[in-house]
This record gives sequence, C-alpha cells and structure tokens, in this order.
Amino acid sequence: MVQTTPLWEVFIRPRNGLAHKHAGSIHAADEVLALQAARDVYTRRGEGTSIWVVRSADIVASDPDQAAENFEPTADKIYRHPTFYDIPDDVGHM
Amino acid sequence: MYSQGLIGADGRTTESEEFLARFQARIDAEEKIEPNDAMPEGYRRTLVRQIGQHAHSEIVGMLPEGNWITRAPSLRRKAALLAKVQDEGGHGLYLYCAAETLGVSREEMTEELLSGKAKYSSIFNYPTLSWADMGIIGWLVDGAAIMNQIPLCRCSYGPYARAMIRVCKEESFHQRQGYELCMSLAFGTPEQKAMVQDALNRWWWPSIMMFGPHDADSQNSDQSMAWKIKRFSNDELRQKFIDATVPQAEYLGLTLPDPDLKWNEAKGGYDHGPIDWSEFWRVVKGQGPMARDRIKARKKAWDEGAWVREAALAHAEKRQARKMAAE
Repeated sequence: MVQTTPLWEVFIRPRNGLAHKHAGSIHAADEVLALQAARDVYTRRGEGTSIWVVRSADIVASDPDQAAENFEPTADKIYRHPTFYDIPDDVGHM
Repeated sequence: MYSQGLIGADGRTTESEEFLARFQARIDAEEKIEPNDAMPEGYRRTLVRQIGQHAHSEIVGMLPEGNWITRAPSLRRKAALLAKVQDEGGHGLYLYCAAETLGVSREEMTEELLSGKAKYSSIFNYPTLSWADMGIIGWLVDGAAIMNQIPLCRCSYGPYARAMIRVCKEESFHQRQGYELCMSLAFGTPEQKAMVQDALNRWWWPSIMMFGPHDADSQNSDQSMAWKIKRFSNDELRQKFIDATVPQAEYLGLTLPDPDLKWNEAKGGYDHGPIDWSEFWRVVKGQGPMARDRIKARKKAWDEGAWVREAALAHAEKRQARKMAAE
C-alpha cells in the first residue's frame, strides 16, 4: 500500500518583532522532518529567524460562502471607529 | 526557470451564466481568488494543469544543469550552480503546494509526470553539451522565464501569484549568474568565445519557443486572459524578451543565429525570422533528444527514494506510538 506523506503548513517569522506569517506548505513524515524541509524550502536567503509547522489537516478555516454574514456586519458599525466622533480642533490632538 | 505558453489548456466550463458573471465581476475588480472560494470548474482545471506543468518543469529543469555540477570549473561557479539547482527544486515545491490548494494531491501530480501524461517545458528536452550551456541557460532560459513569470505575480489565483513572487525574487540571481558566466567566456580565449557562441546557436530558437505558439494558434488563450490567469499573450512576451536580449548579445559580441533579426523602427521592436513549430511540437510531445532520459531520471529518483519515504513514515508512526504510550 502506498502511504501518503502528510502535508504541513509553514509559518515564518522574518525577524524578531514581527509575527509568523504563512509561507506555504510542505510534505513531511513528522514534525522534525517538516521543520527541516521548511527550512530548506522557505529560508534559503535569510527569510526567517523562526519557523512554525502545523499539520494542514489540523487547520480549521471559516467558510468563504459565509464571509458575508461573518465579516460584513462590521461595515455598518462605524461608531466603532475613532473618526465617527467629532472633537473640536481647539481640544488639540486626540 | 520555466516558462511556456500552457499546452492543452481546457477552459470549458458548465456553470450557470449567473455564476460565471459573478465570478468574472470579481476577476474584473482585481479581486484575488483564494483556495476555498467558489470558482468555475474550467478555471480550476486550467490552473491545476498550468501550475502542475510549471512545477514539473522546475523539477525536470534541475536535470540539465545538475549534469554539470561536478564539472564546474571553479568553486565559485560550483557553489552558484548548486544554489541555482536547489532553487529550481524549491520553485517546484512552491508550485506543487499552490496546485495542492486546488484539490489535487502531490501523489497524483507526481504520477502524471512519471507516466508522461503531464507535460513540462520542452526546453528541458535539449541536452547540455558544454559548460557554456550553463551560462546560456541562465541568461536566456531563465531570462525567458522571468518575462513570463513577472506578470504571473499578478495572476488572479492568490496562491499561484504568491508562489510566483517568491520565485521571481530568486530568478534574478539565476539570470545574472548566467550572463556573468557568458561574459567570462565571451571575453576569454577565442576557444571560449567559440564555445559560448555554439551554445547560443543551439539555445536561441528553443528559448524563443518557450513562449509557446503564436497568438493566432494559441487556443484557449483568450479565456485565460479573461480570467486573468495570463496577463500578456505569448507573442507579446516573446517580443519583450527578444527586444531585451538583442543588446545583451551585442554587448557580449555574440551573434544571434537568426539572419532575419532586424530592428523595426515602426513597431519599436525587433522582427525575427520564422520559428520551426514542427520542431516545437515534436519536442513537446516527447521526441526531444533527452525526453526519455529526463523521465527515466525522475522515475529512478522516485523509485530509489521509496524506501526513504517508507522509513520516514514508519519512524514517525513509531515515535507517535511511543509518545502515546508515555502519556
């Protein structure tokens, strides 16, 4: 039987002070090999100082078909933004 | 390093007019399409085939240059060539990973390459006969690939566009090290200059064929353009490449092997002689001088690597079991 090699998502921190960012994916048998492969494939030119790998199967994603109900309600809640409130110039920067 | 007008695109699709119009509106608004978004089957199929061909080309593209690593004339050249070939492998992996977001598995794609069902760029079915070929490939083949790949960074499919941005950043090193290698030969001894001229004579026509058939003969190109998978036509990209390359050849004091190549003031670009498309199709269909060797080499690597994949999985399982037992 041909076993398939699991897929891992790779996240790279470009340098300290920045968050890890999704870079791509990699196939590897386990987390040790996944880290090694991710280093070889995604950091050949100093792209990062830290790598996270997560099994792709463990990622839970929101459904793009529900994007409207999930994310659009924020558009009509403009009172959540500072510019919704008028403050006179005389008050100074706020 | 790859580029080539997609061979055998199939943009046929059966969704409702309304669905297609909604999708087209997103494309026209320059919205990127992401993996789980609804998309026409033809869009998905075209991308799987194009990204797959592209990935296979990167992987097969390691072979003609790998051929010269042990014979590089200096440590500097060897280090550069090793880094370049490693990059090609990396580019293949970025691209396989982009294709996998469309629901095709790595195993299926590998199987299609090894069985000969999937195509890869015809350029890699030519042999690398001399050291000068390493320079010419970097300069011309990677140069042509860059022309094709820069617009792909704006492809409507997000994962493909992101992979291409990464690839393009690295590709520039490939072209520059190739041109520098050509310079050292072109400005070297008469024998060295003759060697690089010979390599140029062999690679020029295959390089300009990399852009694929003329627009008039390129089926399904219009659908790819409408879906913004492609941004420029094959002929537009070929013209850009030729216009950029002629002065680079002049600087080297080398002659491009096309007697009809001349500046056309009216169009502000070079005219070129007729391309031998019968050769192109022969090579695409696997009759290139090296076609059999390339697939044989990939099969050998796949078969001889089987025990490593099996051992790694068995080891992972054993570790997992041990971890569970300890908990």
